[in-house]
Amino acid sequence: MAERYGILEEEKVFKDPVHRYIHVRDELIWELIGTKEFQRLRRIRQLGTTYLTFHGAEHTRFNHSLGVYEIMRRMVDNLGQKMTWDPEERLVCLSAALLHDIGHGPFSHSFEKVFHTDHEEWTRAIILGDTDVHTVLKGIGNDFPQKVSDVIAKTYSNKLVVSLISSQIDADRMDYLQRDAFYTGVSYGHFDMERLLRVMRPSEDQAVFKHSGMHAVEDYIMSRYQMYWQVYFHPVTRSAEVILSKILHRAKDLYGQGYQFLDKPKHFYSLFSGKITLEDYLKLDESVILYYFQEWQEESDPILQELCRRFMERRLFKYVECDPSAQMKIWPELIQLFGKIGLDPNYYLVIDSSSDLPYDFYRPGEEEERLPINLLKPNGDLRELSRESDVVEAISGKKRTDHKLYFPKDLLEDQRTFADEKKRIMTLLTAQEG
Amino acid sequence: MLNEHAKLLAVFRQTGEIIGRKKLQKLIYIAKKLDFPFFEKYQFHFYGPYSEELNLRMEEMCHLSFVTEVREKKSGYYQYRYSLSDQGDEFLKLSKYHLPETKDVLNELNEQSSKFLELVSTVLYFENLPKEDVLDKVFTLKAKQNYSVEDVEEAYRFIDHLKGKCECLQ
Repeated sequence: MAERYGILEEEKVFKDPVHRYIHVRDELIWELIGTKEFQRLRRIRQLGTTYLTFHGAEHTRFNHSLGVYEIMRRMVDNLGQKMTWDPEERLVCLSAALLHDIGHGPFSHSFEKVFHTDHEEWTRAIILGDTDVHTVLKGIGNDFPQKVSDVIAKTYSNKLVVSLISSQIDADRMDYLQRDAFYTGVSYGHFDMERLLRVMRPSEDQAVFKHSGMHAVEDYIMSRYQMYWQVYFHPVTRSAEVILSKILHRAKDLYGQGYQFLDKPKHFYSLFSGKITLEDYLKLDESVILYYFQEWQEESDPILQELCRRFMERRLFKYVECDPSAQMKIWPELIQLFGKIGLDPNYYLVIDSSSDLPYDFYRPGEEEERLPINLLKPNGDLRELSRESDVVEAISGKKRTDHKLYFPKDLLEDQRTFADEKKRIMTLLTAQEG
Repeated sequence: MLNEHAKLLAVFRQTGEIIGRKKLQKLIYIAKKLDFPFFEKYQFHFYGPYSEELNLRMEEMCHLSFVTEVREKKSGYYQYRYSLSDQGDEFLKLSKYHLPETKDVLNELNEQSSKFLELVSTVLYFENLPKEDVLDKVFTLKAKQNYSVEDVEEAYRFIDHLKGKCECLQ
């Protein structure tokens, strides 16, 4: 291992509301935090549009990344009491934890849906490309950036290391559940992390948990389950995401039609054309996106203008619960009626399903697709969590799917024009809810 | 309306039954890599490219009775068989979604074993790496599957064959 980065003369600390302090002793980590690519994460919110539902949810990918690093630092120290870490492997773990989200863009969930980009690919591009992050990582060794990238991509040879950053109970989730609970202000999402870290043990393919710590693991799974339904699947946040996606779709369609924007959206050109470079990508953050949304409120295109005003003024779409099998029977009539009243259904009538959301539930690992959480029995045997825990078993089999139909209720309630058609639309929509 | 769901239903209409979650996961991934219009997000999991989005979408379609799922007990694990239901077929008709001409390719993929598709999808996942690095990845990450050099060569030949077939379709 190269000697370029050693231990800082004096430990640096960041005050953090979730972990109290984030401790940095390694020069490498300090240098990585100072890179422009990492600092960009300060301008990207962790939960996208959730701040429109929970006003406290203004925390950023920067906070979260530091939090994941801190948890990984504690994991590595704790596991170090049961095993010996190669010094470079330890730095691989810490760097991967810190950089695991560095490829996220602004409102990345909607962006990825509309432009078919993948933040994990951008993470690899930033770590392996011509960036300050890459230069810093190379200070450890020429192959070090590749190792960090492989851990994040889950293709690293040491599967224990991979499992610490991405598995069904990992540093990433442990931080985001607690952090998102703290900033949204909800009372879910809390679990005994100290206990989890104390009962974590290394095994060949993944970290496992002492059976005596099962209740701490249960608590974590329950927190995760409640956070999904209470925060991540919140229907109001989903409405904001729907509008955001439709704005991006509209802007992209207009660009394709040769529409002349009042203020040329040059930051979007490469996204629209599908040929985005790393340099272009790194210029995108939420300030840039919100600047254009502000400007597009003045555009002559009525759809783009109206959707941007909606988003900026938080006049979100309303929703009804939706059963797609029943919906399909009335869908043609709805489409026709929307057309008649002058609302393009491609932008104003949207079904949003839970599979469009980026969060996943605990799964016991059937057909070997996902590694389950394993408990370590006193005799050395491993048992899958849901086979030992009634609580986890009870929620593992529960329905995890959900569909909602979003529409601009305010426009439909304006009865000055097309009163009969609007009344009929509302009847069809509300009939869905039974 | 729910185009991504309709697209998957169209796959079942073209292939008939698909046996095994792993096979379905790898089949869609390979089709995506062949530039068929699938947009499910994949990540490399312990057993190869895997999409949580696809997993949840399948679960949704089972709850909606668009897809029939049959669970069978095998030695030490459960296997799932998927096919299009009458309700799913009706939804597909009403959605008016048409998957491009993919039937030959999808059927050929469906005829392969899930173990071979796992290898093919892994090779495709690392397609930007030189062949020797791909071999290294396969032997390191898939050590338990005991793939041989000949197996990997076969996967490369199969990929070339599929790409050739897709070019003919265009």
